[in-house]
Amino acid sequence: MSDDMVKVQLLDISHTRSGDKGDMANCGVIALRPEWYPVLVRELTTERVAAHYGALIAGTVERFELPNLHALNFLLHGALDGGGTLSLKTDAQGKVVSTAMLRLVLTVPAAEARALALPVHIGS
Amino acid sequence: MTRTVRVASGQGFWGDSLDAPRQQVEGGPIDYLMLDYLAEVTMSILQKQKERDPAMGYARDFIGAIESVLPAIVERGVKVIANAGGVNPVACAQALVAAIAKAGYAGRVKVGVVTGDDLLPRLDELIAAGHELKHMETGAPLSSVRGRVLSANAYIGSTPIVEALQQGAQIVVTGRSTDTALTMAPLRHEFGWAADSWNQLASGIVAGHILECGAQSSGGNCLHDWRSIPDLANVGYPIAEVQSDGTFVITKHPNTGGRVSVPSVTEQLVYEMGDPRSYITPDVVADFTSIHVAADGENRVRVHGITGGPATPFLKVSIAYRAGYKAVGSLVYCWPDAMEKAQAADRIIRERLDRLGLAFDQILSEFVGANATHGHLAGDGAEAPEVQFRIGVRGADRASVERFTREIAPLVLNGPPSVTGFAGGRPKVEEVIAYWPALIDKRVVTTRVEVVS
Repeated sequence: MSDDMVKVQLLDISHTRSGDKGDMANCGVIALRPEWYPVLVRELTTERVAAHYGALIAGTVERFELPNLHALNFLLHGALDGGGTLSLKTDAQGKVVSTAMLRLVLTVPAAEARALALPVHIGS
Repeated sequence: MTRTVRVASGQGFWGDSLDAPRQQVEGGPIDYLMLDYLAEVTMSILQKQKERDPAMGYARDFIGAIESVLPAIVERGVKVIANAGGVNPVACAQALVAAIAKAGYAGRVKVGVVTGDDLLPRLDELIAAGHELKHMETGAPLSSVRGRVLSANAYIGSTPIVEALQQGAQIVVTGRSTDTALTMAPLRHEFGWAADSWNQLASGIVAGHILECGAQSSGGNCLHDWRSIPDLANVGYPIAEVQSDGTFVITKHPNTGGRVSVPSVTEQLVYEMGDPRSYITPDVVADFTSIHVAADGENRVRVHGITGGPATPFLKVSIAYRAGYKAVGSLVYCWPDAMEKAQAADRIIRERLDRLGLAFDQILSEFVGANATHGHLAGDGAEAPEVQFRIGVRGADRASVERFTREIAPLVLNGPPSVTGFAGGRPKVEEVIAYWPALIDKRVVTTRVEVVS
């Protein structure tokens, strides 16, 4: 990472809630401040989210924008090991899929982080 | 002065707080109490109960809930809408009428019953008429599991509930109404919203979505600043104060815990959301990207600007079918090397299952305390002071699943060391009731309304 970039963790800039629809989990990511929402829109792409969850989800990732709520909604297909009553998972209904999302670390320009007062994440 | 209708949420699912309905009725002024009892799997559980006893098949907690609020709703004229009828709304209404009579209110409380959502008796006729009821995710026709179907119910909208209210019902019992219809119906009844007043109808749906999970919009399960949410032991359930233009405020009774805030309401808005531009219900398709939320004083959030469009020609159908058996067991391994010991136990039990020649559709191992919910994102669990090894199997053969349940306890003495947490005994074999979502042409579903006292 070059010197003019910094890390920002979703834990520090958003709050999340998730739930289930069959074998799919949804995860809403809500910016803690309206001015941070455009950073999420730009950085938190379906590719980024798919790479983050990796083997935890079997299918594709869809994303929807809710600028009115400063939120993104992700659909994580094949996240629940069959879902509902078929799933043997502890989190068969995807209730805490949202907390795994919070671990995701974005890389943004240091100047933008300063301008938007984004909390900088120290660590990996 | 603009008239306000207050709809209070008193139940977010079957098993929610037994006290919430009474607290909502007695804690301050409300006009309607909505109680949501049904989740996707609830219908199949109720269907199994009805098979054992034809007078069962509804959420029995509901009768107790009504007993707890009966004097107050009679005195204050509060109306109650509940989908507690499950797969047997008529039996539910009969039990309710009996409970009302026993409490000394015979003839004073009209009960409305909505039926027609139950498609089970018509399933073969519908399939023969060309309704394939294809699985919405896989596309498979229902005929592929027809012999194993336990229940089939169309999600019905607010119209029959509105009819029951118009006929003077004070308590309306439905089967598989949509959760949101329970809030929408009183608003249509009170404000007379036309069937094509899409924006107002969409507002009713959004209010319903915020109320349908009980306290999950008033501070419960709220991640945002969760430590500062006060007095969850006395959490206040949400109330929508709705005006005729569809604008509403979400609040809760004074002197209750929890918090109604823009973050608490927004978290509920994104809960179980699909495409936010088309939140499909039998009454209207609501656009969640039109919702504006704003703080409106302490524990008050104003919601406005909501738009919607015409409903689709379909109703969703919730079908449950038998899909084999499952069992899940667990043991707790402790430091030192808790994770390594749990992983060794996993290898051993899987080898034993192999040697026994048992075949399953699935075996799933999880290491709770290390990575059960966050997987690789949580690290390797090497430093965990204790790890719950949790293993589950699922398959068509009950005897194989039963045999699996005998293989967990022996590990306590014949597997890796430092193990405890087996006091719960052998895991129970459960029948798997799977969910089959489908669509059906609205025109073939006919609802009926009956009001009795």
